[in-house]
Amino acid sequence: MQLQSEPTYNEFVLKFANVNGSGSASANLLCAKALFRMGLPVAPKNIFPSNIQGMPTWYEIRVSEAGHLARREGVDVMVAMNPQSYAQDVAEIVTGGTLIYDSSWPREFDRSDIQVVGIPIARLCAEMFTDLRQRQLFKNIVYLGAVAELLGIDAQVVEELISEQFTAKPQLIKPNLKSLKAGQDYIRENPGNGLQMRARKAKCNDGKILIGGNEAAGLGALYAGATVAAWYPITPSTSVAEAFEKHAGKLRRDADGNLMAAVIQAEDELSAAGMVIGASWNGARAFTATSGPGISLMSEFIGLAYFAEIPLVIFDIQRGGPSTGMPTRTQQSDVLTCAYASHGDTRHVLLFPSDPGECFTMAADSFDLAERLQTPVFMVSDLDIGMNEWIVDELQWDDSYQIDRGKVLDAEALEAVSEFNRYRDVDGDGIPYRTIPGTHPEKGAFFTRGTSHTESGGYTEDGVMNAANLARINTKFETAKQLVPAPVFCEISANTGLGIINFGSTEPAVKEALDILKREGHGLNHMRLRSFPFADSVREFVERHDYVFVVEQNRDAQMRHLLIVEAELPAEKLVAVTNYDGLPLTSNFIRESVHERMESDQRVAAASAPPITPVKKA
Amino acid sequence: MTHIAKPKFHHPSLPKNKLGLTHRDYEGVVSTLCAGCGHDSVSAAIIDACFRSDIEAHRIAKVSGIGCSSKTTNYFLRQAHGFNSVHGRMPSVATGANLANNSLTYIGVSGDGDTASIGLGQFCHAIRRRLNMVYIVENNGTYGLTKGQFSATNDRNSKGRTGKENPYPAIDLCSLAVQLGAGFVGRGFSGDKEQLVPLIQAALKYRGFALIDVISPCVTFNNHAASTKSFDYVRDHNDVMDRLDIVPHREEITAEYEEGSTVDVTLHDGSQVTLSKIAKDYDPTDAESVLPMLHAERNGGAIATGLLYIDPEEQDLHELMHTSVTPLNSHTHDLLCPGNETLAGINAAHR
Repeated sequence: MQLQSEPTYNEFVLKFANVNGSGSASANLLCAKALFRMGLPVAPKNIFPSNIQGMPTWYEIRVSEAGHLARREGVDVMVAMNPQSYAQDVAEIVTGGTLIYDSSWPREFDRSDIQVVGIPIARLCAEMFTDLRQRQLFKNIVYLGAVAELLGIDAQVVEELISEQFTAKPQLIKPNLKSLKAGQDYIRENPGNGLQMRARKAKCNDGKILIGGNEAAGLGALYAGATVAAWYPITPSTSVAEAFEKHAGKLRRDADGNLMAAVIQAEDELSAAGMVIGASWNGARAFTATSGPGISLMSEFIGLAYFAEIPLVIFDIQRGGPSTGMPTRTQQSDVLTCAYASHGDTRHVLLFPSDPGECFTMAADSFDLAERLQTPVFMVSDLDIGMNEWIVDELQWDDSYQIDRGKVLDAEALEAVSEFNRYRDVDGDGIPYRTIPGTHPEKGAFFTRGTSHTESGGYTEDGVMNAANLARINTKFETAKQLVPAPVFCEISANTGLGIINFGSTEPAVKEALDILKREGHGLNHMRLRSFPFADSVREFVERHDYVFVVEQNRDAQMRHLLIVEAELPAEKLVAVTNYDGLPLTSNFIRESVHERMESDQRVAAASAPPITPVKKA
Repeated sequence: MTHIAKPKFHHPSLPKNKLGLTHRDYEGVVSTLCAGCGHDSVSAAIIDACFRSDIEAHRIAKVSGIGCSSKTTNYFLRQAHGFNSVHGRMPSVATGANLANNSLTYIGVSGDGDTASIGLGQFCHAIRRRLNMVYIVENNGTYGLTKGQFSATNDRNSKGRTGKENPYPAIDLCSLAVQLGAGFVGRGFSGDKEQLVPLIQAALKYRGFALIDVISPCVTFNNHAASTKSFDYVRDHNDVMDRLDIVPHREEITAEYEEGSTVDVTLHDGSQVTLSKIAKDYDPTDAESVLPMLHAERNGGAIATGLLYIDPEEQDLHELMHTSVTPLNSHTHDLLCPGNETLAGINAAHR
């Protein structure tokens, strides 16, 4: 096909379709990093199978100088390296888009509205390398070279990245650069029509980094002073513990070279939870990282930590459920499970980071809250935030920060008190004082139990006493409202009746959707939830509006449930916008959902008002 | 009911240990177990062993799961923190606690249901990790709190109180522990305090996983004539393999033993354990000879007791993990937090 117009710069979706286990992941990440270093906002999304070798895997990079970093439907440039998925991949390309494929085995594609660029990638590799594994691996770098040339990605940046990546294995630099050049040269020697989409340098990334949420969470735990991490491998949470271990190995050595951290791979999630509880009980900051199935397994222990009032930090990196579900796809479907984990009356503090930057800060917050409140705290992230690289502000740590160990009596404090009762509400906030084993020879020992207990920790079957204890524990939940991160508001219209609520990884899609809706004349006010229990401002936001869309990635509108029950909000005001296909949310989905509701319900349409000057912005 | 604390006063002439403490200082609250329960004798043995070992009670952490046995951690060492966790999960709680503070002594008390059934996995993995703790199983072959069901350690030929047959063979915790690499494996009988107290004392000194499987008859549900975990049966079939003599660090060994009848073992802290062997055809420091011995004893209907196996060389979990000598819970945040400056380098690696 012929190009009709000048190329469009810096607004496109580039997608790689690969076979998993073929070594494509690092080449694709290199591409995303190169675009990032060119100063372009990028949002890479790895869409991978629960498999090690042979199944289709995709890597999407959205580039948006305008700063829209949600996943977007429609692919502008598709690098199709997997014949298994050709049909699906070719169908995804937008009209005027480009298909790049390995033309070592030339073929026709049934699309006349796209540009097809064939590169004999396997043949080029066969000419360069004799080793079969190398022939396979360097195909990824050859297509990277070709893509860089076609899109206008700065070759020098890619070369630098390759050199940096292989500092430890310098012998690999040369064949990588050679393969890169082979891809570039092929395009130079076989010039066709230019691509509709092009990249050029910008200056959007000053003060920014590209990082995944799990690494940021592991770092947050390290900075918060966690010393014990107990975990069981489960996608997509595994890299939290691995990041903690990696950084602790470098940054947590004492003068003798010994580790000031213990990372233990437990035999299962039950054990991981038990270890964290044991360590926290014994005065260490400890955490576990898991995903939905792990939360199910940990539930009995979560109830123990709730009732015996032991700090318990859990990073739940959500994936597609129920059951084993879609282990390598994203969802927000553990909200209710986490909020009420375990039998009996239990309610837990939840934090919802919306990007890796918040994974870092909220990981640290989790420890402060768990120790302050002496209760389980869940940082509820998901696969999209955890395992994909996001552009965020450089991580910052306030060196003046004082960790909050909560109400812990040391030996000196115990000397000063006349009577110690582990479960007495001395301050009226529901939070009792605790002691750490080994503190004092005569004072402060108590018996921790999951059975009903007196204020001093002794066993009791006195129902009145037990009810009073349960009521006190509930007081802590009220106290928590004042301590947890507040919602973030963006209100652009004082007279609209429409609002939108979201949390977590849906933030980029929601922001983009709100921009589009604003241009279409609908000024929706926005509140992003960051925690549970809900602050009073959550209820007030909904009360200020006639209808509020609640955007979430699960089937049953779990956050909407929680809002109705816990913030006592009328169900008819809360409009569910649910997506649960396992892929990162798109703005289009939100926009369409809002339009559909306005079309089907006159009252919702009538509540819409155009945006006016911002009244309040957080 | 609500728990009852024991009065603290005691007779002025009660003997004192090196810390100036009496037995009474190592007691807990009043037991709520059935009168005559073997478990109460085990609690008494723990109290005696701690008293004799001159251990400060508050430097011990007591951990347990769920069941009659697990309740007993409340019946000794009131100055020690106790943790009655969830069923079968004491080993994980103990592991976490131990990781947080390597300077305390950890005593776990569990039962045969808690260890051999619901908690078998955690038990095995705590051993595999060489967790430094004393793990006491109060083994009565029955579920007491739920009124007399068979447990997984109940012998195949041992009938229930109402004559019910147990069709399944027993899990032998000592054999399992030796096989998994526990460095200290002993078996005692709640009715033989003379044997049990030194076993516990030696286990307290041992650095690594020390299992003591104590046959502790359930007087209510499993003490009848057809039970192999009754007081009478255990007394009649107890095959004592050795007697222990513990010589603390730096003291001269004065006892005299018949040549070839003893095995001397030096523990990590320098103390010496001398085993007077009664059964002469096996070596308690050689796992290869211990397992067939246990097998043969079991097949012969005997209950081998004593310190059955000891490996004084094995490393414990902290050594395997290379954690700091200073307990992890005592490092200050200054030392643990790499600071903002370090973050600059981490940020740079993400561009």
